[in-house]
Amino acid sequence: MKKIEAIIKPFKLDEVKEGLMEIDVKGMTVTEVKGFGRQKGHTEIYRGAEYRVDFVPKIKIEVIVPAELVSQAVKIIEERAKTGQIGDGKIFVSSLEEAIRIRTGESGKEAI
Amino acid sequence: MINGGDTAFILFSSALVMFMTPGLALFYGGMVRSKNVLATIMQSFIIIGLVTVIWVLWGYSLAFGPDVGGIVGSLSWFGLRGVGLSPSPDYATTIPHQAFMIFQCMFAVITPALITGAFAERMKFSSLMVFIVLWSTLVYAPLAHWVWGSGGWLGKLGALDFAGGTVVHISSGVSALAAVLIIAKRKGYGREQFIPHNLPMTITGTAILWFGWFGFNAGSALASDGLAAGAFVTTHVAAATASLTWLFAEWILHDKPTTLGAASGAVAGLVAITPAAGFVSPISALIIGGLAGIICYMGVLAKSKLGYDDSLDVVGIHGVGGTWGALATGLFASTAVNPGGADGLFYGNPGQLWIQFLSVVATIVFAFVMTFIILKLLDAIMGLKVSDEEEVRGLDITQHSEAGYSL
Repeated sequence: MKKIEAIIKPFKLDEVKEGLMEIDVKGMTVTEVKGFGRQKGHTEIYRGAEYRVDFVPKIKIEVIVPAELVSQAVKIIEERAKTGQIGDGKIFVSSLEEAIRIRTGESGKEAI
Repeated sequence: MINGGDTAFILFSSALVMFMTPGLALFYGGMVRSKNVLATIMQSFIIIGLVTVIWVLWGYSLAFGPDVGGIVGSLSWFGLRGVGLSPSPDYATTIPHQAFMIFQCMFAVITPALITGAFAERMKFSSLMVFIVLWSTLVYAPLAHWVWGSGGWLGKLGALDFAGGTVVHISSGVSALAAVLIIAKRKGYGREQFIPHNLPMTITGTAILWFGWFGFNAGSALASDGLAAGAFVTTHVAAATASLTWLFAEWILHDKPTTLGAASGAVAGLVAITPAAGFVSPISALIIGGLAGIICYMGVLAKSKLGYDDSLDVVGIHGVGGTWGALATGLFASTAVNPGGADGLFYGNPGQLWIQFLSVVATIVFAFVMTFIILKLLDAIMGLKVSDEEEVRGLDITQHSEAGYSL
């Protein structure tokens, strides 16, 4: 089992979600987050005063997939979230030790 | 002789002007950080209660009571003694005296509320309450007497102030300047970001202010007549034009047209037309408002150059806009519009501009010096600013034990 975390542009969420559903990903968790990468924030203007806003709103998605689906899922996220502009985000993949389904008590791959 | 139409109009206008103060509370409340939203709203809202009580007890008497040397009214109308339901011989002679009194009460309420924007996010609530009592008594009441009171020296001099350019806007703007020179800056000023937390709230407040301003200016005709209609029109025209000019000014200078800019422009236009509303033509209002949008925007930009922390730009909008409006009245006033007024410079009477200038200078000096003294004293006795820790936690929790938003 692997955990895929991806930070993406908020307006790309729908496309990414649809893509992941096409390959039978069972579920996902979405969080509104703020942060900065190399894009380094943006500028806001209030009554003529320019403010440097360091943290830009992004969407973080988390999906847990069986190992065989990882490369496919990552490829979909990469394709669907891409605009080619600065600030497109990042994808992180990590190993996952255990998953438990609370209602049934199933664990491992069955629990995903 | 009481006139039914006039009375109905002034009572309704009084309600409109009352509504401006909660509108101002939202206008200011949206511009602060979320941890200070309730405290900011409260600083305007509680003034409705506080100043109304002062007004009924002694404020109205000091402002409009029997003249003492052109400077102030006497206390013989303390507790509204003699202020009854028949018309006064001196003020608004076609409506009940109490209708005039309550209309004026709403002006006395909103004026100190305007000042609170200058020290938003850092003033101690207890000190604010004391400041408002002293300011209403020692600054507002005498100023109102000078301009509008029977026998007041600025009124006798021939200064034109239709609805309170000097009494309301210059006085609050200049007092705001005195306040920010005394009350220390917000923690992190110049390093941290003070970004408005809810601009839709600010826009809602602007809409309420604009709506209420029709009562403020048209109601200042003190009768339901042609003058009221004229003031209504000039008020709207100036606000509309100023919202456009501010917007375009920042579009050119900063590349983006902002909603806060459009809203600020509208308020700047309303401020500038206030002294002129009943004395100028709609086209003059267009020019006064149009220039107000640009001048006030420059006034706000100057703040960061001068380095004082006027949190919500009371000086830049009310001080600068009020001064421009009072002087513009001396340029654009026309007896063709209002035979009871005077001609301004552009209608062949340069003397009026001089009189307007004198009234501006007198108001600035008086309001600045008095506010400076009041705040210096209060600072020494009870302190004006909350502690650093309270400021960081926010005034909502530390002053009122409440949170504006729970999530």
